[in-house]
Amino acid sequence: MIHFLANPARFMRIGARVLPWCWAVAALGMGAGLWFALVSSPADYQQGDSVRIMYIHVPSAWMALAVYSLIALVSAMALVWKHPLGYLIGRAAAPLGTGFTVICLVTGALWGQTSWGTWWVWDARLTSVLILFFLYLGYMALASAFDDPDRGNRAAALLAIVGFVNIPIIKFSVDWWSTLHQPASVLRSGGPAIHPSMLTPLVLMAVGFAAYFLALLVLRVRAEIAGRKVAALMMASAMGGAGSNPARRERI
Amino acid sequence: MTAFFALLAFDIRLSFRRGADTMVVVGFFVLTVVLFPFAIGNDTALLARIAPGLVWVTALLAAMLALDRLFLADFEDGSLDQLLVSEMPLELTVLAKAAAHWVTTGLPLIVAAPVLALVLNMDRAGLAHLALSLALGTPVLTLIGAIGAALTLGARRGGVLISLLVLPLYIPVLIFGVGVVTAAIDGIDASARIMALGGLLLGALALAPLAAAAALRQAAR
Repeated sequence: MIHFLANPARFMRIGARVLPWCWAVAALGMGAGLWFALVSSPADYQQGDSVRIMYIHVPSAWMALAVYSLIALVSAMALVWKHPLGYLIGRAAAPLGTGFTVICLVTGALWGQTSWGTWWVWDARLTSVLILFFLYLGYMALASAFDDPDRGNRAAALLAIVGFVNIPIIKFSVDWWSTLHQPASVLRSGGPAIHPSMLTPLVLMAVGFAAYFLALLVLRVRAEIAGRKVAALMMASAMGGAGSNPARRERI
Repeated sequence: MTAFFALLAFDIRLSFRRGADTMVVVGFFVLTVVLFPFAIGNDTALLARIAPGLVWVTALLAAMLALDRLFLADFEDGSLDQLLVSEMPLELTVLAKAAAHWVTTGLPLIVAAPVLALVLNMDRAGLAHLALSLALGTPVLTLIGAIGAALTLGARRGGVLISLLVLPLYIPVLIFGVGVVTAAIDGIDASARIMALGGLLLGALALAPLAAAAALRQAAR
């Protein structure tokens, strides 16, 4: 599966076929999720309507973590099997993950203002998401810091793996340091501690977010591959028809 | 092993004869700590209360200051390629260079820190623990920093980039390091935090040379 998809030309073809489905699932998931979240789910008995922020906040937090894990995974695969597509996916995913992290932080601040009475507290979970945001920034800065793009790709891939090893350490040290945020209530042993009327929109939104991310990711990777092809063809034609060798064209 | 100690001794001797790195790091450390009373005012009680965190943060920044020197000279003059093709595993080379870097930049910080803590009027109960926490913590800073230094070799604005890469990874060290000192001052048993800090050191000793060596191989290719 991995090696099958690692061929850029094949990725272009399959990506084109998957893309509309991703958009459809994203629209359905987020549309239905928003309806359940805003209309058909009850307000919290303590927090009132502000609890509805959760339906954006929690899925974006999940996505922020999932995207970083994905970057670490494709980076490892790119380094081990020398699949250049892994670097492309990692670099394409990083700004999206940063976006989810920012959404998570901003909605969290809004939610904190209504339910805790403050925009920001130096709480363990808030702080570790903030650190995740900085890890994303570091990854993107390192990836674009070299004149040779390959060197940037490899360095950033290594950093993603180092960061991935560090995330649990940072998480536990920060947990230990101070905490106010509520503990996990959906993915925990003993089943979710959240009522189905709130779980339904949450899961729908999460599916919608994931599909939306996938659609943007495929779009970005396809654009990057196409851009490199154009650059290679222009280079070839500038060199005087050396690009007529079809084997070269598929190189990224 | 002979090669390991030869490289270690060579790097330490080189750094001491040049002398600049140690002076810059300690000078930055002392001057920055001295700036705080000017900014905050000479409220002795307040300074005493924030002293552990202040000394630790400043030591951390000072330790980061010379990181870009760790492999840069060798990278630029080609010695790194020699080290890459030498018989010694690159992980050991990294360890030797990191150890030399720590001796010339981390060790002076440990010596200077208690003096600065006294100047800030920190509770004397925490002095020994401050030195101990820095002794366990600064090697971790150097080892994690070695990864950052290796990753940014040849990058544009490498020095600034290192701080962005490395500072988020430094946070656990800072938390446990300051935790050791505050526990000692508050009269709580600090052994759990000391062990956590020691655990970070052991983990970094095991993993950081692998990552930094991988980064060096990428950089030299």
